[in-house]
Amino acid sequence: MRSSVIVFPGSNCDRDITVALEKMQFKNEMVWHKETVLPKSDLIVIPGGFSYGDYLRSGAIAGKSLIIDEVIKAANGGCLVLGICNGFQILTETGLLKGTLQRNKNLKFINRDVFIKVVNNKTRFSLNYKKNQILNINIAHNEGNYFTDSKHLDELKNDNLIAFQYCDQIGEVSDETNPNGALENIAGIYNSKKNILGMMPHPERMIDNNISNTDGCSLFSSLLK
Amino acid sequence: MKYSVTITLKKDVLDPQGKVVQNTLSNLGMTNLKSIRQGKFFEIDIDENDSKKAENLIVEMCEKLLANLIIEDYKINKLK
Repeated sequence: MRSSVIVFPGSNCDRDITVALEKMQFKNEMVWHKETVLPKSDLIVIPGGFSYGDYLRSGAIAGKSLIIDEVIKAANGGCLVLGICNGFQILTETGLLKGTLQRNKNLKFINRDVFIKVVNNKTRFSLNYKKNQILNINIAHNEGNYFTDSKHLDELKNDNLIAFQYCDQIGEVSDETNPNGALENIAGIYNSKKNILGMMPHPERMIDNNISNTDGCSLFSSLLK
Repeated sequence: MKYSVTITLKKDVLDPQGKVVQNTLSNLGMTNLKSIRQGKFFEIDIDENDSKKAENLIVEMCEKLLANLIIEDYKINKLK
């Protein structure tokens, strides 16, 4: 499995995701945003960070960079694309994923481990999770408050495109377990073809018991199937 | 030609920053405040003498980059 990690000025999780991918036996390449050709990839990852210092809106400038045209072409051709945190924000700015990520409702940068529930375990990203499996996973963002119009929200629900929801440790989804104000506690979504996943939590930070836990491993191992 | 562009959140989108500013002003004694919405402001100088063409370009700028049309509206204003 070949993966490419796109690097922007201000990306800061690009090394972490590379460590995670290589640990899971991906053959990974890092791709600078000014490149105009993507290496042959089965998976493209847009990593977390603060691309372009979050100028204008988080993800807005990176979403118009040179390499993004290639990412869009590859995604439309069925290539798997994973956007984590700022990567999710960038994917919404490109239009590959619908909706947007607004400022956290409490106006604070939130960096802590939360619980999320695997809502759909039938995709290329989630095969190795059980349905409703609860993951303890880190979030670290200022704009994670997912918002979309009601028509798209219906589509997300009816077509099972919600990937993860914030919950408590027994899987209860409520306002109390919503860290950032996201609509329906949404922590991650798929596009309609389910080859693109955008998520605010950081699975690449959960791959080693020495520093956290291994709740993120199954996402990467699912992709290898 | 010079234009200004104002970007604001759409009416039905929650604006927590505007709310905090409003609360703080109320705390300063400005109690007759009805509402405050925060936005962004751009001044754009464009090398184009035809105002129709210039305005079309500004609209394109707004729609392609300056505003996120899912949650934001834009207003264009010609400056002297």
